[in-house]
Parts: sequence; C-alpha cells; structure tokens
Amino acid sequence: MTVLTVPTVDAAPAGLSRRTRVLRRLRRNPLAVVSFVVLALAAIIAVLSPWLAPYAVEQTDFGHTFAAPGTPGHVLGTDDLGRDVLSRIMLGARASLQVAILAVATSLVIGVPLGLAAGYFRAWDAVISRFTDLLLAFPFLIMAVGLAAIRGASLTNAAVAVGIAQIPGVIRVVRSDTLRLKSLDFVAAAVVDGASDLWVLARHILPNATSVILVQATVAIPVAILGEAVLSFLGLGIQPPAPSLGTMLATAQQFAARAPWAAVLPGVVIMGLALAFNVFGDALRDALDPKGDRR
Amino acid sequence: MTTAERTGTPSSAVEAPVLEVRDLSVAFRTEGGTVSAVDRVSLDLAPGEIVGMVGESGCGKSVTAMSIAGLLPGSARVTGSVRLQGTELVGTRESVLRRVRGKEIAYIFQEPMTSLNPVLTVGRQIGEVLQVHERMSGRAARARAVELLSLVGIPSAATRVDNYPHQLSGGMRQRVMIAMAVACGPKVLVADEPTTALDVTVQAGILQVLRDLRDRLGTSILIITHDLGVIADVADRVVVMYAGRVVERAPVTDLFAFPYHQYTAGLLSASPTPGVHAGTQRLQEIPGLVPVLSTQPDACTFADRCPAADARCREAAPPLEAVRPAINDHVAACWHPCPAPRTHVEEATA
Amino acid sequence: MARYLITRAWQSALTLLLSTIVVFLGVRALPGDPALALAGEDRSPEALEAIRHHYGLDQPLPLQFVRYVGRAAQGDFGESIRTGIPVSSMLTTALPVTVELAILAILLAAALGVGAGVLAAVRRGHPAEWLANGLALVGLSVPHFWLALLAILYLSVATGLFPASGFVPLLDNPVDNLHHLILPAVILGTGLAAIIMRQTRSAMLDSLSSDYVRTAKAKGLRPRAVITHHALRNSLIVVVTIVGLQLGGLISGAVVTEQIFGLPGFGKMTIDAVFQRDYPVIQAVVLLTATAYIVINFLVDLLYSVIDPRIRVTGDPA
Repeated sequence: MTVLTVPTVDAAPAGLSRRTRVLRRLRRNPLAVVSFVVLALAAIIAVLSPWLAPYAVEQTDFGHTFAAPGTPGHVLGTDDLGRDVLSRIMLGARASLQVAILAVATSLVIGVPLGLAAGYFRAWDAVISRFTDLLLAFPFLIMAVGLAAIRGASLTNAAVAVGIAQIPGVIRVVRSDTLRLKSLDFVAAAVVDGASDLWVLARHILPNATSVILVQATVAIPVAILGEAVLSFLGLGIQPPAPSLGTMLATAQQFAARAPWAAVLPGVVIMGLALAFNVFGDALRDALDPKGDRR
Repeated sequence: MTTAERTGTPSSAVEAPVLEVRDLSVAFRTEGGTVSAVDRVSLDLAPGEIVGMVGESGCGKSVTAMSIAGLLPGSARVTGSVRLQGTELVGTRESVLRRVRGKEIAYIFQEPMTSLNPVLTVGRQIGEVLQVHERMSGRAARARAVELLSLVGIPSAATRVDNYPHQLSGGMRQRVMIAMAVACGPKVLVADEPTTALDVTVQAGILQVLRDLRDRLGTSILIITHDLGVIADVADRVVVMYAGRVVERAPVTDLFAFPYHQYTAGLLSASPTPGVHAGTQRLQEIPGLVPVLSTQPDACTFADRCPAADARCREAAPPLEAVRPAINDHVAACWHPCPAPRTHVEEATA
Repeated sequence: MARYLITRAWQSALTLLLSTIVVFLGVRALPGDPALALAGEDRSPEALEAIRHHYGLDQPLPLQFVRYVGRAAQGDFGESIRTGIPVSSMLTTALPVTVELAILAILLAAALGVGAGVLAAVRRGHPAEWLANGLALVGLSVPHFWLALLAILYLSVATGLFPASGFVPLLDNPVDNLHHLILPAVILGTGLAAIIMRQTRSAMLDSLSSDYVRTAKAKGLRPRAVITHHALRNSLIVVVTIVGLQLGGLISGAVVTEQIFGLPGFGKMTIDAVFQRDYPVIQAVVLLTATAYIVINFLVDLLYSVIDPRIRVTGDPA
C-alpha cells in the first residue's frame, strides 16, 4: 500500500503544474480568449433567456408580421406570425445548447467506460470494437430517422440520436489513451503492487485521460449543435411552436424571398456557436499538447 | 586499422582540400531571441580523407553537418564560408545547392528506418537520385540501383531492390542509405551518426563499407559521432566540438595519445579503452551539462565543467592554435592544455 | 496481407449481421402492433391478418428473421405502404441520384481539402495558411442546410445562375445534370472538405518534419518533388481513411441537401417515408445505408493496404 501511494503522489503535483501551464497557454492565445468570452456570453444568455427575452416566444402579433430588423420594439424583426425573432433566437440557442450538452453527456456516459474497458481489458476489445463498428454503420441522420419512427420526434430523441452517433468517437480516443497510459511505469507499478483493475482504472487511468476526454467533448459539442439544427430543420427534433434555431430556418425557408433576415440570422447564431466551440477546442488541444506550440 | 595504414592516406597539407569550412557560424531565430548553435567552425576535408567530428549531443555537430549543403530550416542564419573545390556554397541560390546535394555532397543519417520513405521501394529511392542528377531513365536507374546495392554489400540485390524499407534489417537499411548517398559518386559524404542506432556487430560492417568506399571511389567522408570508438576505427583526423565551437583538431593517433584540451581529455577518460581501464580504473564522468553558447561569448565555454579553469578562462575565449609550435597540425583552444607525457612530446618533435 | 484481409472480411460480415438484427428488432420495436403500423389506412381485421401473414408475423421470431434476411438478400424489401410501389424499384430510381451527388461531393471535397491542406502545411506562417485554417474552421462550423438555403436565396433565385431545385438524369442530358447537381455537391462537400483539409495539413506537417523528407532534400530533389513524391504520398493514406469514416456524415448530409434542393434521391425518399410512416421504406433505407457503410469501409481497407506497403506485408495497420 505504501508503494502504491508513491505514483499517486508523483502524479498529483505534475498534474497541478500542468494545469497552470495549460491555463497560461490558453490565456496567451487571443483566439482562445475570444472564443471563451463568446461561449461564456452565450451560456449566460442561454441560462437567463427566459427572463432576458423581450417577448414571450410564442406570442404572435398578426399586425406586425415580417417586420424588418431594426423595427422599434423588434431589434431583429418579426417572423411570419409576428413573433419576435430576437426572443426566439435566444430561446432557440438555449435549446441548441441543451440538446448539445445532453447529447455529449450521453456519449460520455456510455463511451468513456466502454473506451476504458476496451483499452484495458484485451478480451473486451474485440467485442467493443464490433459494437463501435455497428454504431458507425448507422449514420446519425439514419439513426435519428429510425428513432423518430419508433419513438416519435422530440428534443430528447434528437439528443439521444446525436449522442449515440458520438459514442464511437469517445470510445476511440479513450481507448487509445488508456492503451498509452497502461504501458506507463506508474500504472505498471500499481499493478505489480496488487491494485485491483477497477482501482487502477479509477485512480490512475481515468484521471490522466481527462484532458483527452475534455478535448473530445469540446469538439463534439459543435457537431451536436449542428446535428440538432439539422434534425429540427427536418422536423425530427424539437417540435414547433417551441423555438429552435433549426425549426426557425425551416419556416423561414418558406418565405425566404420575403424575409431573408429570418433565414440568415438563426444560421449565423448556429454557426457562431459552433465556430466558437471549434476554435476553443483547437486552442485547448494545442494547449494540452505536450509537444508545445507545434501547430 | 593500424597507424601505418593511416599515414599512407593523404592529408590536408599535401593536397588541396575538397571541402574547406571557414568560420562557419549558425544562429537560430527563436521566440526567445537568437540562439547561437555553431560558432566560427573551421575544418578541411582532403580528397579521400575521413575526418571524424566528435562531441556530446547538442554541441552543434549535426547543425554544422546540415549547414554544409544548406539543409537547415529557414529560421537558421548561416555565416562564414563553405567551399567545395573552391566554389562557395554559403549564401548560394537554392537551385545551385540542389545540384550539389546528392551529387557532390551526399548525406547519411542516424535513423535508417525513419530516414527512408516507408511507402517507396528502396530501388525507387535510390533511382530517384540518379534520375534527378544523372538524367537516367527509370530502367537504367533501377539497374544502377541493383549495382549500388551489391556495392554496399547487400546480398541478392536484384530482389532486394523491390523491397520496402520495413522488409530490411537495420544494418541493411543503413547500407541502402549509403548506396543512395554514393549513387552519383559524390566528392564528399557526410555521415551523421551513421552507426548510433545499430547493433555493435552491424556497426563494424557499416564502418567497413565506408572505408571501402573511400578506398575504391576516393570519396572524402565527414563522419559525425559521439562515439570515440568509431573515430578510432575509421577517422584519419579528428575535430572535437564543444558547445558550438571546435576545441581541438588533430590527427587521430595524436589526439588519442596526447589530448591537449581539458574537454578532450575528459571525453577520452569517459570512454573505455581496452587495457587501460579494464578492471583497474573507473571511467570518469565529466560533471555538468553542455551550456548554451549564446550565454558565453567571451569565455571558454567549457570553463564551468573544467577542472583546470581559472579567472582567465571566464574572461576570454582561447584561440584555436597549435599548442606546441613544432606540431602545427594539432591545434586546441585551451588556456591550460594538458601537459603531454614527456615521451610523446619528444617523439613528436623529433 | 491475406490474413489481414480475412480478418477484416469476417469482421465486416459480423457487423453486417449485427446491423441486420438491429434493424429487424427495430421494426419489431415499433409502438403497438407492427401489423397496425404496416397497415397504413386500411385497418380492418382481415387486412391486418393478411399483413401478419404476408410479413410472417404469425411465425416464431428466428424464423421471421431468416425469411426477412432471405428476402432482403434478393432485393425484396416489400412495398411502400403509401404508393404500393415495390421499395426495390423506388431505390433503383433514387439511388443513382444520391450516388452521383455523393461522388461529386467527395471529388470536390478531396480536391479542395487536399489542396488547401498541402498549401497550409507548406506555407506555414503565410497569410495563405491563415486563410486556409480559417476557412476550414468555418467549413466545420457552418450548418450546410443553411448554406444551401442561402445559396438558393442569393445564387439561384437572385441571379438565376443555378436551378433552385429539380433534377435531370445524367444519361438524358449530362450538362443539365451537372448544372443541377453542382451547387448541392459543393454544399454537401464543404464539411468533408474542411475535415480533409485539417487532416491533410496535420499529416503533411508530420511528414514534412520527418527524417525521410530530410533525406529527400539531401538528395537534391526539387521542393515540388519532395512534397508530391515523398510528403504527400504518405499523407494521402490518412485522407483515404478519413473519406471512409466520414461516409456516414456524407449520407446524413445528402439526406438534408436533397431535401432542400428537391433532388429525387435516397435522402428525400427517406424523409418522405418518415413523415408518411412508410415503414417498409424506412426499414430498407436503414438496412441499405448500414450495408453500404460496412461494404465501402471494407473496400477502403483494401485500398489502404494497396497504398501502404507496410500493411501489405505485416498484416497490421501501422
């Protein structure tokens, strides 16, 4: 038991100094700072949107349909039913982030244990690989179509479909990091010392794999945001009249020639969110790269 | 390899050198400012001569080697002069340098596995040089590649030519690298740690191939290594580098018999010599690490690790000059050269 | 090589079997009586009985599965509940549209992605690298159905340069066919191009700093030859794998793109089927996509082993 504590103690200060080093690298990267600020603002707006939004999202006003952006009282204009576009975008972004976080959480909850098992136990690797292959064989939209056919279209089902589609990616990165960590001396030392497999996985491998998981989650969120938007656009996700950026685009498509802003704005918000996550994910990966600022 | 054989080879004093390096300095631009890697290095390579360049890792050996044919990345600033048969190479246009590389000056690198392209057959990789420099057809280049492979001692070369690097052993890969290097009959062969990654038994074979090439083709070879055993085995003359500077230059037998520079002496006592160290004396470690050159422009860079260092060593860099005027092909940059054993001095001055 | 291919072949076969089981059970997981779901409008007891008998729903599950696989293998996916047209003939008309769209998108994405990736790696620190990286990030982040909307709005409707919707079969009029497909293909390819670009760039940076590229330079090769013969050749191995793995994303994207541009392909057929609860069609679509994905990735592995000699001999991907 005494020997076993040595690697843990060794790993802890290294992890701490690494964390400060990573944070310092992030702070020095202007793109990381900008994307982080954008994401923080988006998160605040999303959380507070029910109170921040100037109008109730489902409040129609047939006297003011297709108001152009800049109209007093409707900064971003109104849609075909006279609903306030700004309010709908705020709540739509909230829904997007909700689905994205739910989806990524789903993929992590299922993918991380499977990835750990595949990397750590040789016998499980083949079985989990077949499972991954199986998941990959159903492209996300086809999976969503199937789910919608079986369970009906809803926010939860959209999140589940997007989440399932992301499981293989999580398994892949966690598995390869587990394989790498397993071969390191401190893990070998713990094994020699008689630590149980679960102990080694929980105390040694999982904590050291967090950075990889974090990066994977950061790059998975924009994919999930886009996935939710597609599903809602097709009518397989969040159901109207609940606001969603995807459904807003679907309705805007019908009168795009008359009110192009309604077709432009929600898309810009989707892209902005996804872009911020992608930029931040890149910066995070660079900051975590032990090889330093190669890229 | 005996001393008698060595004396038969031409030395720089007799014939005009193929390669003259004068005051070659290399600095790299980095985020933290300019870092000097090589400082006023000079050396000559006579026709058919094998010169060994020795030093610890990070002392600038490889940078010197790469700068000879202008192979350093864009962040490197190279000054001084490198003349190949009288033609200046430093600052020359890339298009001119390209005709020199592989044709006049060829390279062999340390890792034969990673230095060969994994997805091309060795025949293609050798043939490529011939197609570029000799304008050979693909068929002719392939036939020549087979000849070259047998020249460097690869058995059943006709089938090996179609192999991929991973199908060959480490020693064979290095032979392929050599075959590729000598394909166009270069005047100068730069071998950067050619045996470091290989087993000892394989090393001897590779060194034998290099000696054969020198004898048969008259190629001059600059061999870079941290292994004094390799130097003792093949080199005619030795250049000792420390922290980017040449600290000693001498014929190989002189250097091993009576090193002048304190660093060279340390290096020799850190390497096992049969008979001397066997069981009786312990190998001596040189304490400390190789310093960054840019921090000590006006001092002997070895001063911090030197047993004989004094205030003078920290104030002025010693010039590279003949320590005993009578022996002018043995030079060292040291304020306190090791006293040579009396017998050696008498032998040499006689 | 042979061992590697045999392993891959049996792994693919196993995945195929598993995915067939999943689809089979998925149909059985439909809420309520599957016969009811399959019946569509006519829900008389006689009709339901006939459906049960037709689909063998009155038989034990394993037997149903065997019959189901047997029919599917012969291309018999039943008939559309809505139109009564055999699903197989619907597929024969829809598939060529999607395949052509996908191939065009892959070609465009590969050309653009590899080109930009090489440029970004070779011109490090140049504005060109910046631009390429930025475009790739945007390409990853843009919802391409939105891009399609904008393209229709600002390119097709406003300028009339491209048709906003519709399709002309390749054999009827190749020029018109291309005219209709080029815009959807470009938009479908953007995401893939961005992914290929980033992978190519990263692989190129690795190979450009590799020892074998140093050797190639030391041989006196021109920069162009160093890049194309040595660095790029190794990087392309990565790209081939990416295209295989991204196939799922491409199929998903094709569904949406076809929907927006009104292309009568596989994707549009799928979406229509979902909203019409046309279960035989959905079932066929899901099964077919899974099969296509598995078979194509097996072919990619074959191709991979042709490009990379290390696999050919050791039987193990490096």
